[in-house]
Amino acid sequence: MTPVLELKGITKQFPGVLANDHIDLTLNKGEILVLLGENGAGKTTLMNILYGLYQPTEGEIWVEGKKIEVHSPTDAINAGIGMVHQHFMLIPVFTVTENVMLGDESTKAGGFLDPETAAQKIRHISNQYNLAVEPSAYVKDLPVGVQQRVEIIKLLYREADILIFDEPTAVLTPQEADELFVIMRELVNQGKSIIFITHKLREILDVSDRIMVVRRGKIVGETTPQEADQNKLAAMMVGREVQLDLEKSPAQLGETVLSVTDLTVTDDQKQITVDNVSLTVQSGEILGIAGVQGNGQTELVEAITGLRNPIDGKIEILGNNITHATPRQVTELGVAHVPEDRQRDGLVLSFPIYENLVLNTYYQEPYAKGVNLYYDRIYKNADQLIEDFDVRTPGASTPVGSLSGGNQQKVIIARELSRPIKFLVASQPTRGLDVGSIEYIHNRIVKKRDDGCAVMLVSPELDEIMKLSDRIAVMYRGKIIAVLDANKVTKEEVGLWMAGINPNDSKNNNRESANNQKI
Amino acid sequence: MASTIIQRKKIETVSPTRKLVMGIVFVVISGLILLFFALNSEAEWITTFVMNPGGLERGLAGDWVLPTSLTLYVLVGLTLGMGIYQLLRGFGKQTNAILGVVVALFVFAFLTWAAGGKSLNLGGMLSSAVLLSVPITLGAFSGVLCERAGVVNIAIEGMMLMASMVGALVGSITQSLIIGLLASIAASVLLALVHAVLSIKYKINQIISGTVINIFSAGMTSYISAKFLQRYEYLNGPPIFPRFPIPLLADIPIIGPILFNQNIFVYAMFILLIVLQVALFRTRWGLRLRSVGEHPKAADTLGINVFRTRYMAVLLGGVVAGIGGAFFTLGSVGRFDEMMTAGKGYIGLAAMVFGNWTPIGSFGAGMLFGFADSIATKLSILGTTIPPQFMSMAPYITTMIVLAGIVGKGQMPAADGEPYEKE
Amino acid sequence: MTQDNENKHNFNKLNHVAEEVLADSTKKKSIWQTMLIPALAILTGLILGAVIIISTSEEVYTGFQQSFGAGLSASWSAVANSYSSLFKGAFGDPAYIIESLRSGDALEIRRALNPFLESLVVATPYIFAGLAVALGFRAGLFNIGVEGQLFMGAIAATYVGYSIKGLPGFIHMPLALLAGAAGGAIWGFVPGWLKAKTGGHEVINTIMMNWIAFRLTEWLLTGPMTRPNAGRIPVSPIIEKSAEIPQFFKAPIRFHLGFFIALAVAYLIYWLLFKTTWGFNLRTVGANPRAAKYAGMNIARNTIMAMTISGALAGLAGANQVLAINRSMAIGLSSGYGFDSIALALLGNSHPFGVILGALFFGVLRNGATKMMVTTAIPIDIISILQALILMFVAAPAIIRAIYRIRKPKAGDEAVVFAGSWGGNK
Repeated sequence: MTPVLELKGITKQFPGVLANDHIDLTLNKGEILVLLGENGAGKTTLMNILYGLYQPTEGEIWVEGKKIEVHSPTDAINAGIGMVHQHFMLIPVFTVTENVMLGDESTKAGGFLDPETAAQKIRHISNQYNLAVEPSAYVKDLPVGVQQRVEIIKLLYREADILIFDEPTAVLTPQEADELFVIMRELVNQGKSIIFITHKLREILDVSDRIMVVRRGKIVGETTPQEADQNKLAAMMVGREVQLDLEKSPAQLGETVLSVTDLTVTDDQKQITVDNVSLTVQSGEILGIAGVQGNGQTELVEAITGLRNPIDGKIEILGNNITHATPRQVTELGVAHVPEDRQRDGLVLSFPIYENLVLNTYYQEPYAKGVNLYYDRIYKNADQLIEDFDVRTPGASTPVGSLSGGNQQKVIIARELSRPIKFLVASQPTRGLDVGSIEYIHNRIVKKRDDGCAVMLVSPELDEIMKLSDRIAVMYRGKIIAVLDANKVTKEEVGLWMAGINPNDSKNNNRESANNQKI
Repeated sequence: MASTIIQRKKIETVSPTRKLVMGIVFVVISGLILLFFALNSEAEWITTFVMNPGGLERGLAGDWVLPTSLTLYVLVGLTLGMGIYQLLRGFGKQTNAILGVVVALFVFAFLTWAAGGKSLNLGGMLSSAVLLSVPITLGAFSGVLCERAGVVNIAIEGMMLMASMVGALVGSITQSLIIGLLASIAASVLLALVHAVLSIKYKINQIISGTVINIFSAGMTSYISAKFLQRYEYLNGPPIFPRFPIPLLADIPIIGPILFNQNIFVYAMFILLIVLQVALFRTRWGLRLRSVGEHPKAADTLGINVFRTRYMAVLLGGVVAGIGGAFFTLGSVGRFDEMMTAGKGYIGLAAMVFGNWTPIGSFGAGMLFGFADSIATKLSILGTTIPPQFMSMAPYITTMIVLAGIVGKGQMPAADGEPYEKE
Repeated sequence: MTQDNENKHNFNKLNHVAEEVLADSTKKKSIWQTMLIPALAILTGLILGAVIIISTSEEVYTGFQQSFGAGLSASWSAVANSYSSLFKGAFGDPAYIIESLRSGDALEIRRALNPFLESLVVATPYIFAGLAVALGFRAGLFNIGVEGQLFMGAIAATYVGYSIKGLPGFIHMPLALLAGAAGGAIWGFVPGWLKAKTGGHEVINTIMMNWIAFRLTEWLLTGPMTRPNAGRIPVSPIIEKSAEIPQFFKAPIRFHLGFFIALAVAYLIYWLLFKTTWGFNLRTVGANPRAAKYAGMNIARNTIMAMTISGALAGLAGANQVLAINRSMAIGLSSGYGFDSIALALLGNSHPFGVILGALFFGVLRNGATKMMVTTAIPIDIISILQALILMFVAAPAIIRAIYRIRKPKAGDEAVVFAGSWGGNK
């Protein structure tokens, strides 16, 4: 049988980076092919080539045994290829119908829109594939899970046969992810073929028919869920046996550093995202905040670091009430913050390294006296920290924007950890980094803990939470639904908590076992 | 886009502060009418509004004769009632429209008071307001086209200025209205093309690109004017589009003379209003244009050519601005003077913001601003002590108030002003 | 510390010092590279200006009617005449200067140098206005309202200049200048405050403030501040002698203290931006407001301060014109300084020293063009066209690179000077 899709020798050269290196890939009809690889391995580049958003340097694309040229998304759509992008390609102020038909509109004579016909077709697709959605609703009013359904309907509306899902579970709860997997299975049962891109080991064994592993732009292996297990896949993904655990001594607990009581916080839309949360962090321990992205972690961190004003409750650092303090006041109490989006929030990319290293201390001695800045001291500080934290750069005056992601993060880590801090808030400190940088940063954080610093680690990556934390607080729908001892809890249990399910609750046992079966 | 998965509780739906503020505003306006106008007028005053613009013979209507004091007290009551209703119940989504009504009543109260014991040609005032609003509204339409596609265009002023000069020059040489108008449009479209290339292809900051065009137009038109138009009179005497009463419609009393006995620029404005409103929100063309202004990448992934759509929108914006520019020389004055657009393009931009990036809203705002201009020119005739300059400031101040969100935030296209980067 | 490290440290320090000289913390380029694009932009602008001069010259058309050669020579003489009279108008006639130097007569020398001194006079308001725009850019704000702030500064300085009587000059003149700064500052503060507190975009608000300023000025000059017995002409009373910024030489040489005040203010702004915590704050907020917020900086306060100071600088431009040159306020005070200064701020890379260079260039251009208008009948508006073209090329270096086939610099080397949209506080 001819494969529905064949990629032959796809190569993509970006200036200085070989993103895809002669990739060969086949997709058979009615299968779910998982493309597994770390962030930056080249998966998304490959799919963007397939979808016509990038042009390959060399290589061929064959669909149903015919060579095709894909110069634009239009070509891809015409060839029956559709893509659910990592960041949804939806227009919030348009209705579901408008979003779905955009580019392929139903019209009456003279180019006038005919939303009713399109809505009819959408309802039909909804029923056929079990994708409940209201065509006349505005996308901005829909929950993320439903928005993703709209994205899928967009593809089916165009009668795509090859569906690409790019990291579709990143924004979903485990529960919603499970629902998505059911939908994906339904789609292949009805004859569609799916490429599923992910770097999450946990989910692929459940859902895939075949697994291809990408590393540094190359296909490094192919396997099936029957042959593989998580450790083997992890090794293939990063190129060596990975020590999934980290040697660390037991926590030496000290005084209470952070104390949060009955905290309620709203987001920019004035909706409650942190709901009556209480927690404490003591010196010498790492408290991991586990949870799917968007369950209030961002707002919790913003409230603690003074970036967001809570509407109710109390936050104390070492006995100081900082509920309505400014970020600067919080920083001056010895709090360090590694923000979740380093390029947007943590660095000024056009500034040189030396200025970024004093971004929140520039006004203090020894860098400044009164309004006068002492640049010689700022340079000296930079040279020292570059050495201490192993930042790979031509010099301290290099703009941070021209460093690699790992080195950018090291600049932030250097800035935050080099100060005499009492409390560290680290939000997704290793997001998108290479394994080497991840290990380095993890070690630094553990070392800070061992020095008696209190650490709050926020991460949607369960592995990272399990590896570093002494205690784990699970955040779900704005609430802390469990605080667990990291040494006494399994990954699976935390995973269930993240989905809002109490694993000790007997009536959920059915669901748990259902999860373990292949869908 | 962090977090929408949680079934979050809405704290409130309509801001109670805004409801309260608007209610107070209504009551304050009511108080102003009472204090400055009603209590300040003599009991025996009679206000006479003449409803026929001078020089017209069609669609005549009788004068409105109103007892000044009584009318004012009625207006006080009406506005107060709306204020109280707003405070107690709230008009909800209609609040902005009601605000418009209240402001209109205030203006009416002002006119009733100012013309107390005298007569005022309200018809003429409205008729000239329509005429004055033409360049503002067309400028706003041009802005709507560009910005709905995601291109900020502060170059409308420059485009209109260039169009008015070229219209005068070509109109004078050819003595043809149509060729003059077409030349105006061509000049404006050329500048729009520059703006499009700079901001879409070269991705330079769109405000800087607009500034380039505004400086260039100011320089170029003044240069040509000083070098040729002022020296050779025959180069600066284009014909003017005559008044063209529309059969039947022009005979309707009051409305006829004001709306349907004007020149083609006014009709072009009405036609564009309808065409744009329908095209933007009811057609495939409009859906695609708006998608490019909201989320160009999403549009791109659906096979819509973002660059082409934006070019088209900006060039069409150029056409509309060109008509607006031609109005100055071929539609009203009949000669070109340096800097004769006098900031109408910028006010057009303000009208667009005020009108919430829609053709209908821009039209309303344009009319309002035109009316303010019209009152400003009539103030001295009425013998009030208010300096006309203050009246001319009203549109600018209103726009700033609207921008500040006191009247509720508008729905600006999400990708407005952001160049599209295709990887 | 090992010897190696020691060396590395010293080497790094040298690097830092080199940057110091450049005094631009956002870029690491040689001075030559920094100047290349602006220089080519100016050159290209002048060439295109020549094309416009040729294509609007009647002699050229009559020349081409005779023969191709005659046309070419007419074109050449049109351009040569224009630009040489522009040059002479801006810098003085070299022959006359040499002759005057030979004669050794101080008065003659001053007269010979006057065109250049006059260029400095014309450049002075450009320095202030350019600084206003540049400071805004550094703070991530687009102050398109310099024109209005300039008017408000001028009107405030005028009022203090004529209404207060009997003060000694060393108090009155600075007081009037300060009043000018305050007038502009208020006009900058309002949009700054609106941006910080409501998110209302400063571009639209400053445009609106411009027109409010024009109308307000019009009213003041025909009403409360009108010159007695001036009829209905919108003009203010003449300022007191004590409020005047002193000129160094006798008329007609207008070269005055304001030029040096402008240089001092430029240095002050440079120091503020690059040597103080306040400037660090401002530049961070301008370059990445979110990172600034995370680092504990107060964005709202910065925005308001930046707009206020920017307005004050623009106000000084207006005050300078009234106190040193015009001695009274009239409607036609500014010839588009507000918009031209956007071009020169970009030309000067939003750096105070760059602004001085840009302002000198624009001063030379405008002053020269005034003389050119007299001798060759080319309207002075030609310089607005040149300025627009230069602005375009500076803002879109890609065009310049395409014309002159210059290689693209490394990524990140050419930071976008300013990126913003209507969105307000995004």
